[in-house]
Amino acid sequence: MPDFVQRVSAKNELVPEWASQEVSTGTTIMAVEYDGGVVIGADSRTTTGAYIANRVTDKLTQIHERIYCCRSGSAADTQAIADVVTYQLGFHSIELDEPPLVETAANLFKASCYRYREELTAGILVAGWDKRKGGQVYCVPIGGMLVRQPVSVGGSGSTYIYGFMDSNYKPGMTKDKCMELTATALSLAMERDGSSGGVVRLASISEEGVERRVILGNELPRFSTH
Amino acid sequence: MATLTVSRPPVGGFNFENCKRNAVLEGEVTKLGCSLPAARKTGTTICGVVFKDGVVLGADTRATEGMIVADKNCSKIHYISPNIYCCGAGTAADTEMTTQIISSNLELHSLSTGRLPRVATANRMLKQMLFRYQGYIGAALVLGGVDCNGPHLYSIYPHGSTDKLPYVTMGSGSLAAMAVFEDRFKPDMEEADAKLLVRDAIAAGIFNDLGSGSNIDLCVITKGNVDYIRPHDEANKKGVRTGDYKYKRGTTSVLTKVVTPLNLEVMDESVQTMDTS
Repeated sequence: MPDFVQRVSAKNELVPEWASQEVSTGTTIMAVEYDGGVVIGADSRTTTGAYIANRVTDKLTQIHERIYCCRSGSAADTQAIADVVTYQLGFHSIELDEPPLVETAANLFKASCYRYREELTAGILVAGWDKRKGGQVYCVPIGGMLVRQPVSVGGSGSTYIYGFMDSNYKPGMTKDKCMELTATALSLAMERDGSSGGVVRLASISEEGVERRVILGNELPRFSTH
Repeated sequence: MATLTVSRPPVGGFNFENCKRNAVLEGEVTKLGCSLPAARKTGTTICGVVFKDGVVLGADTRATEGMIVADKNCSKIHYISPNIYCCGAGTAADTEMTTQIISSNLELHSLSTGRLPRVATANRMLKQMLFRYQGYIGAALVLGGVDCNGPHLYSIYPHGSTDKLPYVTMGSGSLAAMAVFEDRFKPDMEEADAKLLVRDAIAAGIFNDLGSGSNIDLCVITKGNVDYIRPHDEANKKGVRTGDYKYKRGTTSVLTKVVTPLNLEVMDESVQTMDTS
């Protein structure tokens, strides 16, 4: 007799456990500064328990013309926070009659994430370009801290690539080298982390504007393990 | 005579005062040996697909209360606006009320703007309401429609996260339905192909998931036209009995027959009409 164990929730036999679990962006996200802009990247997997709810998620969310955020943690929490900050920043920008600063956007994220730190599960990387300081990456992890870093990784898959990042990042890299570094790092993380996978989404933000790219599964860099 | 009213500021969110009472009741009821009624959940398979000219939404029609089928033919595709419909999985009451509330607000919004509502607007309203209630409203929705920017399809989860995709499935039968979609979906399908694909996806849910069953409802939305097909496919027809337990006349022979007429006089006749409007 086949032994198929289907984990069903105790509350209702007909509704499997994954159906009542919250949707989380398991995730690997990364952001790198270079002279003249930033490169950001993310995987594309959203999970509810062990089921992949969306295998082509776009975790690189536009907050303003040249400011993006990379979302990790609870999908509902990060989508809601991003919507709120997009509104606040848009309003602020109209009042200023000037493109907003990346630091402003990062502080708006921090304000929401810190105030509601007990209720939220959100790890966010804010990255973009502004006239004052050029390309910047700000890290707003769970808890609501704010710190600027030249390179930052986040999400459940980030733990697998700290070593790679530390040994391969050098200050003063070109945009294309940063893209390559990000794509390789994300591929490595997606290889090892079950909650990360799908395609690699990349974006580069500079004074010229935003350039988006998708690297499909079969085009990802391969490693000696296969 | 003026009355003094102390106005309490409106408190948002749920009122959890009855939780203590419910816990006490549950304890007492188990002592008596019976159980409290469970909320009716729509076990469900719902799905949606974007095709060349619009969207096709599909749903099964079984509503369950624990292990019992409470409704063999319930309607899971809800009206939001003339160009937008929404399938609901999860707690039946939550999906029903949530879609009605948003439908009402969207109609008012549409009167304000003077325009046909957009699917993105309905999506925003739904996700912001569900996030506000932090997942306590158990409504998992598939929202689809056609507006001035073309056909759109969203999946909305109880905690308030949404995904905009060309094909989505929700409910306990969503894995079975998604398997069908991942195998046979192609972008820019014709209407007939899209309807067949959705029908097959729901059928996969009906026959492979215990929480889904009965018939298949379809809703085809295109620019300027909605086809609400209920039922599209009676996948589970009630069988016809092959035998009959009734005895034929003459099985028991009649020996004598006595007829006694009862002469009754009509004393008073009054008619009360029922308001059936």
